[in-house]
Amino acid sequence: MAKILVVTSGKGGVGKTTTTAALGAALAQSNHKVAVVDFDVGLRNLDLVMGAERRVVYDLINVANGDAKLHQALIRDKRVDTLHLLAASQTRDKDALTEEGVRRVIDELRERFDWIVCDSPAGIERGATLAMRFADVAVVVANPEISSVRDSDRIIGLLDAKTERAERGERLDKHLLLTRYDPGRAARGEMLHVDDVLEILSIPLIGIIPESEDVLRASNVGSPVTLHTTTSAPARAYMDAARRLCGVDVPMDIPVDKKGLLVRLFGRRAA
Amino acid sequence: MNLFKFLDRRASAPVARERLQILLAHERASVCNANLVALLHKEVLAAVSKHIAIDPERVEVNLRERDKVSLLEIDIEIDAAMKRTDIGEAA
Repeated sequence: MAKILVVTSGKGGVGKTTTTAALGAALAQSNHKVAVVDFDVGLRNLDLVMGAERRVVYDLINVANGDAKLHQALIRDKRVDTLHLLAASQTRDKDALTEEGVRRVIDELRERFDWIVCDSPAGIERGATLAMRFADVAVVVANPEISSVRDSDRIIGLLDAKTERAERGERLDKHLLLTRYDPGRAARGEMLHVDDVLEILSIPLIGIIPESEDVLRASNVGSPVTLHTTTSAPARAYMDAARRLCGVDVPMDIPVDKKGLLVRLFGRRAA
Repeated sequence: MNLFKFLDRRASAPVARERLQILLAHERASVCNANLVALLHKEVLAAVSKHIAIDPERVEVNLRERDKVSLLEIDIEIDAAMKRTDIGEAA
């Protein structure tokens, strides 16, 4: 049974696209058939983060409008056989996507894949509500920052009101993924602690991605972080999150500040 | 003095946490009410304006909640001049 996963957030720039690529790749690495779909029409980026920007011929809107067949538009990842990408259109009007069109694409994807990971645009407008419309599972991406937490609360409200599942009175699993978490700063009271965010938003935690240079390094070269540096802290955190999505009981590893006092005192200057 | 200031600035997370809790408690309550009030506003306006000419700007719908009671207030200002003469006929 295929699962539709939406990766969403109210605020932009919190790591939705990075998360979509990383989770999609992690699921595909454990032999699930995965399609990652970019819903950010007008500002597509998932293809870039996945390193497939030069291979896009047809996109989501082409398929939704019936101008191209799904198999023509799906781009198979060069690293992982079971990973596919459906890119967003960059040139067309952002309102070109219709609910009916999206429903048809999702239904067709459902038959061919185990996981369909939808990368939502930021905000609470049409694009975002369309991306979450048919979801079975939602990952709400947030930074430990007040603006991001507040917007996440709005998005959780939308997930409970605007999705088909919610309208049918069914359960939509919502999970929180905290990105750019700096355990040292949280311990010193300079950053909201995981527990604070969890208490405020009250949805279960699916993972904590520590702030790390590896994330930027991976996107620089167009590779999901879970494929690029498999042993890095963010990659491991994403892979654990993917396993939790599959129902595996993985203990939550709350990052701790491993830096010694000397590094803390002198390391900052070098940074 | 300076040392205290320094420590104060460090622990900003508790402040953030408190601000968020207050803000979200308020927003969660008002978001669902805002939709309801807007809907009521529209429908009351439609119902009343079938019979009386009213100025949409001068209609106020408020939903107030106290401990155990909710109070729905509807304020509609009607000008003497705006009363329709054919109310009886319309009905």
